[in-house]
Amino acid sequence: MDNQAAIELLYKMADDDLIIGHRNSEWTGVGPILEEDISFSSMAQDKIGHSWGLYKILHQLGESEPDLVAFTRNAEQFHNCQMVEFPIGEYDFSLIRHFLFDYADYHRFEMLENSSLTGLAQLARKIKGEIKYHILHARTWMKNLGNSTDEAKERLQRSLDTLYPMALGIFEKSPYEDQLISDGVFGGEEALQTRWLDSIMEVLRLTDLNHTLDSAASPLIGGRMGKHTDHLQPLLDEMSEVVRTDPTAEW
Amino acid sequence: MVEDQPQLARIRDILDEVKDPEIPTISLIDLGVITEIDLKENGHVYVEMTPTFVGCPAMDYMKKSVEEKLNENGFSDFFVNVTLEKAWTTNNITEKGREGLKKHGLAPPPHLEKIVDIDILENVTCPYCNSDDTELQTPFGPTLCRSMHFCHNCKQAFEQFKPL
Repeated sequence: MDNQAAIELLYKMADDDLIIGHRNSEWTGVGPILEEDISFSSMAQDKIGHSWGLYKILHQLGESEPDLVAFTRNAEQFHNCQMVEFPIGEYDFSLIRHFLFDYADYHRFEMLENSSLTGLAQLARKIKGEIKYHILHARTWMKNLGNSTDEAKERLQRSLDTLYPMALGIFEKSPYEDQLISDGVFGGEEALQTRWLDSIMEVLRLTDLNHTLDSAASPLIGGRMGKHTDHLQPLLDEMSEVVRTDPTAEW
Repeated sequence: MVEDQPQLARIRDILDEVKDPEIPTISLIDLGVITEIDLKENGHVYVEMTPTFVGCPAMDYMKKSVEEKLNENGFSDFFVNVTLEKAWTTNNITEKGREGLKKHGLAPPPHLEKIVDIDILENVTCPYCNSDDTELQTPFGPTLCRSMHFCHNCKQAFEQFKPL
């Protein structure tokens, strides 16, 4: 098996988890209610743990140490989808992003449970059990708020309309798509998107939100190829402040 | 193949003294985080561990505690391997471990058959009054492995070691 295809897949997954993890952690201390503060902080910790697990597999495939990879690359070397790098915004934005991202994340790991890359399959089986709590959380709040006040519904709808095209960027295809599928590493972005859409539609139908997603929406792509918004580099600068100040520091 | 059963039992007893860093009423063996203890013919000790959650920040600390415990007891030829090969689930927690969780005021996780249905997070038995009239407040808690609940009977908030 040519490792290049698996490496590309692992980087984009790890970078997604690292970046959304850091964004979610920005709710620590400022969540709208205590339970939400704790939830976003816990999910952040899980996500960063997941990225760490993925970077460790990359290290086994010959890439640098996890900390080096996480904290010493520049924006153009990151492969996360652009959606995860946007600032947290208002709570409705973060909730919708979490909802759209986590269903994709859940199904991705579900598809990887039987990956021919053994280490990744083991990690995926473990991580899937954890993310089920993330989707439970997203689903609970989508149902609660999506059936509540006009303001709540209006805010969720606006964020959904903004974020849906961004979320489609999660499934930006890699140049190795066919190889990943034929090697049995991963079933591919197209199959993932189908599973994802079924799941998010199922949740949206439980709400008063508009169930018709814009099928003509043009996906916000580029992230997988290292093309990012101006939001990513400042985030990376903040994340790596300690290591840049003292590369030998332990934290 | 282990010949020296008494010595292996001794190692088990020694490692049973290593407790969870945040729940001192449960040992790492009863928590199921230590998944294998083996004694090779040449006296080499092999210990296998697995994290409860992938991002568990206590994993390194737990590994060090095991290594220190072996050192303290005169073992120098050992290897502690952290792996996901036998991934942790809450079914790994022993009966003694479940009692230990209760002692710490934590509701033990339900036993699971194959697929985890998240509905089981609702109506968890209260560790204080044993009532089932409880409500899930959030699937997340003060550590990655806990969820938060409220008991309508004794009017207390409590935490559960959530099923995985």
